[in-house]
Amino acid sequence: MKAAVVVFPGSNCDTDCFHALRDVMKTPVEFVWHKERAFPKVDLVVLPGGFSYGDYLRTGAIARFSPVMESVKQHAAHGRYLLGICNGFQILLEAGLLPGAMLRNKSLSFVCKHVWLKVENTQTGFTKNMKKGEVLCVPIAHGEGNYYCDNETLRELQGTNRIVFRYTSEKGESGEAFNPNGSVDDIAGLMNEKGNVLGMMPHPERASERILAGEAVVADGSEDGRKIWESLLESL
Amino acid sequence: MTMTQPAVKITPELIADHGITPEEYEKIIKILGREPNLTELGIFSVMWSEHCSYKNSKPILKLFPTQGTRLLVRAGEENAGIVDIDDGLAVCFKIESHNHPSAIEPFQGAATGVGGILRDIFTMGARPVLLMNSLRFGNLDLPQTKRLFRGVVEGIAHYGNCIGVPTVGGEVYFDESYEGNPLVNAMCLGIVSKDGIVKGKAAGVGNPVYYVGSATGRDGLGGAAFASRELTEESHEDRPAVQVGDPFMEKLLLEACLELIKTDALVGMQDMGAAGLTCSTCETAARGSTGIEIDIAKVPRRETGMTPYEVMLSESQERMLIIAKKGKEEVVERIFEKWDLHAVKIGEVKEGHLMRVLEEGKLVAEIPAKALADDGPVYIREEKKPDYLKEAQVLNLDKILEPKDFNDTLKKLLHHPSLASKAWVWQQYDHMVRTDTVFYPGHDAALIRIKGTKKGIAVSTDCNSLYCYLDPFEGGKIAVAEAARNVVCTGAVPLGVTNCLNFGNPMKPEVFWQFHQAVLGMVEACKALKTPVTGGNVSFYNESPAAAIYPTPTIGVVGLLENIDNRVSSFFQSAGDLIFLIGSTLNEIGASHYLMVEHGLKKGLPPRLDLEKEAALQEFLLEASRHRFLASCHDLAEGGLAVALAESCFGQMENKALGAVIDQLDLLHKPSKVLREDALYFGETQSRAVISANPKHKEVVIRTAQNHGVPIYQIGKVGGPELIIGDRIKVEVRELKKIYESSIPGRMAL
Repeated sequence: MKAAVVVFPGSNCDTDCFHALRDVMKTPVEFVWHKERAFPKVDLVVLPGGFSYGDYLRTGAIARFSPVMESVKQHAAHGRYLLGICNGFQILLEAGLLPGAMLRNKSLSFVCKHVWLKVENTQTGFTKNMKKGEVLCVPIAHGEGNYYCDNETLRELQGTNRIVFRYTSEKGESGEAFNPNGSVDDIAGLMNEKGNVLGMMPHPERASERILAGEAVVADGSEDGRKIWESLLESL
Repeated sequence: MTMTQPAVKITPELIADHGITPEEYEKIIKILGREPNLTELGIFSVMWSEHCSYKNSKPILKLFPTQGTRLLVRAGEENAGIVDIDDGLAVCFKIESHNHPSAIEPFQGAATGVGGILRDIFTMGARPVLLMNSLRFGNLDLPQTKRLFRGVVEGIAHYGNCIGVPTVGGEVYFDESYEGNPLVNAMCLGIVSKDGIVKGKAAGVGNPVYYVGSATGRDGLGGAAFASRELTEESHEDRPAVQVGDPFMEKLLLEACLELIKTDALVGMQDMGAAGLTCSTCETAARGSTGIEIDIAKVPRRETGMTPYEVMLSESQERMLIIAKKGKEEVVERIFEKWDLHAVKIGEVKEGHLMRVLEEGKLVAEIPAKALADDGPVYIREEKKPDYLKEAQVLNLDKILEPKDFNDTLKKLLHHPSLASKAWVWQQYDHMVRTDTVFYPGHDAALIRIKGTKKGIAVSTDCNSLYCYLDPFEGGKIAVAEAARNVVCTGAVPLGVTNCLNFGNPMKPEVFWQFHQAVLGMVEACKALKTPVTGGNVSFYNESPAAAIYPTPTIGVVGLLENIDNRVSSFFQSAGDLIFLIGSTLNEIGASHYLMVEHGLKKGLPPRLDLEKEAALQEFLLEASRHRFLASCHDLAEGGLAVALAESCFGQMENKALGAVIDQLDLLHKPSKVLREDALYFGETQSRAVISANPKHKEVVIRTAQNHGVPIYQIGKVGGPELIIGDRIKVEVRELKKIYESSIPGRMAL
């Protein structure tokens, strides 16, 4: 697998994704600067977290006009994998690659902590190494992760099995107490119809190594983020 | 010289408005050989303000030990000190206050405090890798405190989260003495390769001087002078003196500057912080012993009609001054263009020693750079031991009745917002970005790894200001020792100290006495623990309309863990592990949180710190962690043994409480049986820690402690759902944790 991490001005998880792919997963990876129009041929493009263009106007709203986005869209149109994490997810929504929009967290505060994610769909390149109903522990860090879409879209997402991750308890129960931002239907990650574009608020690159396990929160530590990279490696 | 500015008459009122005394004005005339014009008067006023010149603190600050074999850049030489951590790497760190702006406008005040300390670090060529902060507010049950607290936390989160530097720890205290004058001290640490250190120096006559970053506006006009005054009821009218931060702009500036450092085009770099363009030009020239000339007509502006005075004194954020190599202009310009930032050549390095400011070629100010930067006035202020101490230091232990229900006391302590969980605060900070954070906030010290090495860096900030109020000398000593001890608890060896000295008005002899005493205490501890001071900041005039704040010399200690696999958690790890108390316990409840929370008294002498014992404790903990004998290690501070044990139980995830049974406390009563029960449970005797270890390490742990001459008591075992201490405390850990975690969110929800 070959991967590329797009760098927008204000991206700040770009080096973290790069590190997870290159140093942890031993995958060839390169950075692509947002002004680039010439795009490398890769199997996976990651739109990393951060505050692209300062997130002025709305999160991800300016990044969608970035020169690089044309190539990103073409990459996706060819059926190759595209993963948007946090701000990257917000950009995918603004660019119309995924449906819906992002609102401010219900608490109105930025929140950074580990959350539990239930794997709802394992028939994707991003999750094929997981078990259906498996609960992962992965951190979030955002002020605007309150995913919203209209009822019709929601029914379509549900009907076509496109909700990939939901916020739950450690045991996989759903409930308001386990949803950290108020997102519709506890959605933490969703994909497009073809299944090659995934947007998710949690940060798998922050849960890819044992040393970052955050023992204050998770007794046995968590490397659950690795499972996404491992699934992708296996899919390709 | 000929000045073409419209002449504003310099009247005694105008001079006084600039905070310049008649004697200082005489000195200015002597330096210039003539009367200054308005722009020059403004320039002198900011450079000679306490904030920039340390005129009231310099003679005292000279007492700090600043020598050390690992020091690459020493205190006062540059924007921040730099310490060698071997293998070609070094750490650059500093703590700085933004108290007054935060009192007026908490969100922007705190945000720009973070922005400023970040620039201090990357201007040295270091990549910022962590932020910490030390915050002090009034009583959290008051609505105005909640507003300030919420605003400051959101401001720090806004700036740090956006720029992508994790805020990994710190401290928050609440006390009436900070009513209306909160303390916001921000610390940053960066990593730099030894051969990539950049100096804030102008050198090489003819080299171009660049202005890079944001455009200049009228914001923060005279902020340094503002920070050097007391807050009054009218201070809210100073709001324009508070700057507005743009972390996105700073992120671009950071990346562009670090990219420039990798080229061969850079000579020197200096951020525009307090006193903006004025400070950066005269300081770079003074350090390089050269002259400098700039034309402010070229400075990018976001407002029209700005006078030279306003341009020179503006404290607009996210700006830097760069001295480049002649002939390499294109390299500089190309990099800043890539990042869509201004990079304008505004002048050049000149022969001589003058800072010359032009406007469209016409001279508007001309001052010897060194006179501004280095030759400011220095005062030795009068000092007097305050009268309040006589009464406040007296505590008659016979009159302090021990509480009936120790469970209840423990719960009260854990529910006090100063001791309670700060998760409400740090969950608003992105504490994980950069994927280096190994110990999250809530540990004794924050710990990050350095990718590509085995190294870890531990950082702690500390100060018990009630101790400093009741005995500034002992309080200063303890602040250093405790911060170092916290770092040691993780297994890291303390390398150096940065401090942020928050005090009241230095013109008051009592305040100056507190300041001097606290510094003397810190000096003693720094020498004994071999941790030189690498830099920091002084913040005077912290007075609300009511009175001066408690003296608060905040200490930041940075430590190096050679092998991060040897790190030691603050939390109990496994049921069955043995628990040891390290260090002796005395009848020391003076100045304790127990006395304040249970008896409503802020009285007595703080505990005495014996630096030899402290050093021995730290040596023992370091040796034990190096050999991986320890499962956990947590120092004893506010709330004493009971609170330390409770906190050690709180590490495990929500539903898996890990309690402890402490059933061998009687050992501590031997041989004299004079120890009070409340002192045993809640007293704050120094140089103590609670450790846990696998039973197989029992003998070797005890032997190691004895080798270091450190008292060690095996007091109990990890395990069970409850915390049981002797026959006085027995509570479910889950219940304690709920009390601990609900305190701040509960108050903020009201």
